[in-house]
Amino acid sequence: MSRLTRRHFLTRSAALGCSLAASPLVTPVTLASAPGDARLVVIILRGALDGLDALPPLGDADFAALRPGPAAAPLDGFFGLHPSLEPLRPMWDKGALAFAHAVSTPYRDKRSHFDGQDLLEAGTEMDALGRLRDGWLNRLLTLMPGAVAETAYSVGRGDMLLMRGAAPVANWSPDAALILSPQAERLLEGILHGDPLFRDAAAEALELSRGGAEAGPVPTAADMMSASAAPAARPDAIAAFAAGRLREGARIAAFSLTGFDTHAKQHAALPRSLDRLARAITALKTGLGPVWQQTAIVAVTEFGRTVRLNGSGGTDHGTAGAMIMAGGALRGGRVVADWPGLAEADLYQRRDLRPTRDLRAHLAWMIRHLYGTDIAALERDIFPGLDMGPDPRLIG
Amino acid sequence: MPFDPEHAEMRFGCGLAPGIAPPASLEDMLSRLAGPDDAARAHPIPRTADFLAVMRDVQVRLKARRQAKGTAGEDAARAEYRKAVRQVRADAAGWTGQMLLRRARTRDGLRERLAAFWADHFTARGEGFVWPEAHHPYIEAAIRPHVAGRFADMLRAVCQEPLMLTYLDQGVSVGPNSARAIRKGAGGINENFAREMLELHTLGAGGGFDQGDVAALARLLTGLSFTLKDGYAFRAERAEPGPHILLGQSFGGGAPRAAHLYAALDMLTSHPATARHLAQKMAVHFTADMASGALADAMTRAYLDTGGDLLAMTRAMLAHPAAWSGQQRNVKPPVDFIGSALRALEVTPRHLPLADPKEMQHLFLAPLDLMGQPVGAPPGPDGWPEADADWITPQRLAARLSWAMTVPFQLRRVLPDPQDFAATALGAALPRDVRGAAARAETRAEGIGLVLSSPAFQRT
Repeated sequence: MSRLTRRHFLTRSAALGCSLAASPLVTPVTLASAPGDARLVVIILRGALDGLDALPPLGDADFAALRPGPAAAPLDGFFGLHPSLEPLRPMWDKGALAFAHAVSTPYRDKRSHFDGQDLLEAGTEMDALGRLRDGWLNRLLTLMPGAVAETAYSVGRGDMLLMRGAAPVANWSPDAALILSPQAERLLEGILHGDPLFRDAAAEALELSRGGAEAGPVPTAADMMSASAAPAARPDAIAAFAAGRLREGARIAAFSLTGFDTHAKQHAALPRSLDRLARAITALKTGLGPVWQQTAIVAVTEFGRTVRLNGSGGTDHGTAGAMIMAGGALRGGRVVADWPGLAEADLYQRRDLRPTRDLRAHLAWMIRHLYGTDIAALERDIFPGLDMGPDPRLIG
Repeated sequence: MPFDPEHAEMRFGCGLAPGIAPPASLEDMLSRLAGPDDAARAHPIPRTADFLAVMRDVQVRLKARRQAKGTAGEDAARAEYRKAVRQVRADAAGWTGQMLLRRARTRDGLRERLAAFWADHFTARGEGFVWPEAHHPYIEAAIRPHVAGRFADMLRAVCQEPLMLTYLDQGVSVGPNSARAIRKGAGGINENFAREMLELHTLGAGGGFDQGDVAALARLLTGLSFTLKDGYAFRAERAEPGPHILLGQSFGGGAPRAAHLYAALDMLTSHPATARHLAQKMAVHFTADMASGALADAMTRAYLDTGGDLLAMTRAMLAHPAAWSGQQRNVKPPVDFIGSALRALEVTPRHLPLADPKEMQHLFLAPLDLMGQPVGAPPGPDGWPEADADWITPQRLAARLSWAMTVPFQLRRVLPDPQDFAATALGAALPRDVRGAAARAETRAEGIGLVLSSPAFQRT
C-alpha cells in the first residue's frame, strides 16, 4: 500500500461523468512503462476447497464408494465437473479453462487454516512459518521492470499477505465507495486542498467510487454504513471492479473468496461457494472484454479435504486438492494431474488425497510464460525452495 | 515553543472535548499519568486472569461438542458451544466500547495513548477458538499497569501472558536437554519469541545481535508456559539447562530457574541499543515520521539514566522543544481518530450500544477494519504501520470520511451546530477553511463530518 499516482481535484473534475474506461486515472506514460500486456488474476479460496467435489475423479474405481450421491457430468475421460461450475464449461470447450489436481503447497500435517493460508500466500517452504512478512505476488512485482502502484490491485476488504511487501500495491473495494453530496464534495475539496496526502487520496477514492458505479450497483448513502457491517462486497462486483482496472493500467489483481470450509452438509454449502466462484470468473471475462485473451486467472486454496465424508455430511481438513485456471491466455481444456489414486494405501496418512505436485510449480510456470520471469528468480525469490520441474505448458 | 494545553491534548492526549479541561501544564499532565488509573476504574475491562476463566468455560463446551460428535446430542452440543463463543465475542465488542469511552471521557489522555503505543510495541494476536478476544485483557494485565513504570516490568509481564506465549509459539518450545525431553524423548526449541524479543521488543533490528544470541535467548525462554487451568507458570522441567551465552554474557547453569531468564531480560532492557530503539520508536509515534534526532537522544539518555523508567522517558519527550514543533504532524491511527471524534462529540456510555455486538460491529469494529486497524488483529508481530501514507490510502481514507459523515448522527441524533463543533474540536488551531466549510454545509451531519475529515483534525 503506498501512494498511487495522484490526480488532483482539478484534473479529476474533467473526468466527471466519464465512464471508467475513459477515466484518465492512468497516464499514457504509466501505461508505456507497464510491464507487458499479460494480465494475472489470483483468487484465494479461503477455507480449503474440496477438490474431490469440485473436480470429481469419476474414473477412479474407489471414488463412487467414497462419495456416494448424484454424479457430476464428465469433463474429460476421467474427471467430472461440479454442477455449480457448469457455467464455465463453454470456456473449457474453447480451451480457456483448465485444472490441476492432486496439488498442494508444502504445508503438511498441521491442517490449520491460518498457517495454511499464510504459507499459500507467502509462497515459501513450511520452515518459514512464523516469520512470514511478505507475499509471493508482491515479490513478483519487485522483479517486474516498470511496475508502479497501479500495476497491482488488491481488491476487497482486508490486507492480503499475498500482496504485502516492498512493492507498492493499490487497494480498493467497490463497497468502500465514498458517496458525498455535491456540496459536501466541494467543501471537502476546499479543506483538503492544502494537504497533498489527504487531497490526493480523497481524489483517488472519489474517482474509484465513480468507477464502482460502472462495475455494479453502488450502495445508497443511507446504507453506506450498514454495508460495512454486512459481508464484504459481492464477488461479481469485486471481479467487475478488478476487470475494470485490468483494462486500464493494472496487470495483476488479487482477491479472496470465502466459504469453502465445508465440515457439515457439504452438498448444501459447497454449491453456494462454487457458484460465487463461477460468477466471479464470468464477471471477469465479461469485464475484461478483448483483454481476456491476454489474461490468466488462477484460483488456489490452502489445502484439500479428507477423501471420506465425516459424520455430518461434510469433509475435514486434508492435504492435496485442486486448482482452477481460466482465461484466454491458457492452453486449457485439460486437467493436469499425476493422479495418486484413492485406494486406502494410496492416500496421504490414509485419509487425504496425496499431493503429487507442488501447486507453486504451476504458478511459477504461468508467471514464467506470462512475464518472462527468470527461472532462477522464480525458484529463489518468488517461491523460495521450489523445484519447478517439467513445464505443464498451461500457457503459451 | 512552550507547553500549550490544547496542543498537548491534541498531540499527546485524546483530543479536545467540551467540558473537559486539558492539562494546564507539563507537571499537571505527568502527575495525572503518575496518579491512579481513573479511566480504567470508570470503564472496566477484565484482565487476563478473568479471561482465562472465560476460556475454560468455553473449552468445557468445546470438549462436550467433540464428545457428542456422531451422537443424538451433537446438534445441541454444537449450539451450546457456538452460543458461548458468540457471548465472548459480544463481551469483547463491549470492551472495545470501554476502550473508546476511556478516550472519550478521560482527563488523562496521555495514558490511553501510551497504552496503545506499548500494546503495539508488544503486539500479540490471537487466532482460533476465542483467542482473538484475549486482546483487551492482555493489554489490561500486562501493558497498562506499566506505562508509567519500568520497561523491565512490562517485558516481564508480557513474558507471562498466555496470548504472547501462544502467538509467538513459546508454549511449544521445550529444551532438548530438559528433564521433560529426556523423560519423554521429545523436545524442540522454537526461536520465534526470542527473535522477536531481540529484533522488535528490545535491542532492535540494528541492535548488534546474531543468530547465536537468538538461539541462546530461545534456550533461556524455555520453561515459560501456561495452561488454561492455572495460567502462567515457569516449568523448570521444560527448561534447557545452562549456561547460555547472550551478547557475550553467561546466564544460568545448574538447575534451570526463572531467575536466570529474568537476569537476561534485565541485561536486555538496560542495554543502550534498547534505549535507543524505544526512544526512536516513541518519538516517531508521538511526533512525526521523521522525528527529531535530538528528541530521541534526550529520551534515550533519560531512559538510561533512570534504569529504564518509562515515566522519565515520557517526561523527556514532553520537555523537549522538538516535541512541540508545529511542522510535520502525524496522522492519527484509526483508533485515535475515532476516539478523538467521540471525545469531541461528548459521547458518554449511554450513547454507545455496548451490549449490542451487531451495532458495535456496524458503528466501530467494521469501520476500524476498513480504516486499516482491525481491533486485536494487526498484520504481524511488528504491529501497526507508522507511516502516514500507510493510513491515508484511498480506500482507508474513504472509510474515515464515510464514518465521519454518517456515524456521529447515529450516535448522538441531536448534533451540535457545526461551527460550534469546529471551535470545540480544534480550539485555537481551527483553520479558516474548516470553519468556513462547517458554516456552509447543507446539513448538520455533513458539517460535523467535514470538521472530522479535515487534516487539522486527522493529524496531531
